[in-house]
Amino acid sequence: MVAAATLGAARAALAHRMIRVDITRKAYGRTPVLGRIAFEIRRGETVAILGPSGIGKSTLLRLIAGIDSKFDGHIERPDKMAIVFQEPTLLLWRSVLQNLTLVHPDLSEHAALAMLDKVGIAGKAEMFPGQLSLGQQRRLALARAFAGDPAFLIMDEPFVSLDPKTAEGMLALTEALIAEVRPATLFVTHARSEAERLHARILELRGTPAALAPRLVTGKERP
Amino acid sequence: MTGKALVTAFSLIGLLGLWIVAATLTADATILPTPLALVGPFLQELQSGELLFHLGQTLLRVVWAFVLAMGIGLALGLLMGRFPAVDRWLDPWLVVFLNLPALVLIVLCYLWIGLNETAAILAVTLNKVPNVTTMIREGARSFDPNLDAMAKVYRMPASTRLRHVLLPQLAPFIAAAARSGIAVIWKIVLVVEFLGRSSGIGFKIHLYFQLFDVRMVLIYALSFIIVMLVVEWSLLQPWERRVRRWRTA
Repeated sequence: MVAAATLGAARAALAHRMIRVDITRKAYGRTPVLGRIAFEIRRGETVAILGPSGIGKSTLLRLIAGIDSKFDGHIERPDKMAIVFQEPTLLLWRSVLQNLTLVHPDLSEHAALAMLDKVGIAGKAEMFPGQLSLGQQRRLALARAFAGDPAFLIMDEPFVSLDPKTAEGMLALTEALIAEVRPATLFVTHARSEAERLHARILELRGTPAALAPRLVTGKERP
Repeated sequence: MTGKALVTAFSLIGLLGLWIVAATLTADATILPTPLALVGPFLQELQSGELLFHLGQTLLRVVWAFVLAMGIGLALGLLMGRFPAVDRWLDPWLVVFLNLPALVLIVLCYLWIGLNETAAILAVTLNKVPNVTTMIREGARSFDPNLDAMAKVYRMPASTRLRHVLLPQLAPFIAAAARSGIAVIWKIVLVVEFLGRSSGIGFKIHLYFQLFDVRMVLIYALSFIIVMLVVEWSLLQPWERRVRRWRTA
């Protein structure tokens, strides 16, 4: 299986710049959290990592994003990355517009305003993020992610703790933006429906230390 | 707001009243002169330029020591708050300097460096740096890790990160350090001047202390208190309001 994956990777790498993850081990102290995890994401492809809470999804995501570099293995990622966290994680002390232009210095004010318009918060450019509703703050976080035209987009449970209607709106917006920008997308969730909605290739994390479950799993197999 | 200002005004008038009563009861102008008795000599000192000269000297020293202490304290606090290894090494030094009496540092600076301006400003700065460091370190420890991660993934340049991500999170701690800093620094500057300078409010207080001239001691001390209140109201508070704007908007 490993050999096949490597072969496929070599072929795909010729055609696209891609994200290549090959983790052999990640531990906190003496407690191993992640075992062998290897997969690839092509440009324009969406991969969802599914698994129950506490399995190590966020740990894996932090390794792939380059936030945490203490692990055994190797990860290849492009320079232009974007991330969307569970929380909006905005600069609350800078205006909505500055939240885009400070993070993306090359972004013109005109382009930033167009991006705000695209996510539906056009009139809020001069406000502080704290003056927006939580739903609007998340839209701003999404605008920030896509404004830099990322080659690789990482999302950590971006639709969690939203009411169904807002979550649906966010999903539709994310779907449209992904279709437009076409980054390689990795997102972590515990809701299979979200993954299916974004037409993601689903990878499941299971066990301790967590590893990718074989690809063909049916619901019945799972405990 | 006006109600609050009114209370402040009445409270201060009350203090003035207490002074007048005390002065009347003492009935000895060489021990405690009434506020009115200070007006004449005050105007005289003002006109001769003597008062303004010494106020300026002290203010200059306060500004120097303040800028140096805040700058060094900010850098050290950030380093210690961000890097636990640095913190482990420097923390014992911090404890030593925090517990060193101001007077000891002042005397040692004068003895080692000489009775000059460098020694004076260094002594005040060294007295304040540990305090500022402690407060800023507390702030640097409470940085939001998610914002750090965000800045890292988006590859924000270090200068942008410092100015727009880190320093705004530190603002309440910087404000607290500046507020307590300015209050302590001008008092230490006075001691430094008292002990080894030939200009400044502290020097004048030393002079009039030797002459047992309570009136002039009060005039010089009160003048500088007024200057510091003006600094607080016209610089510190407006700055604080500006950096806090996003919280109240």
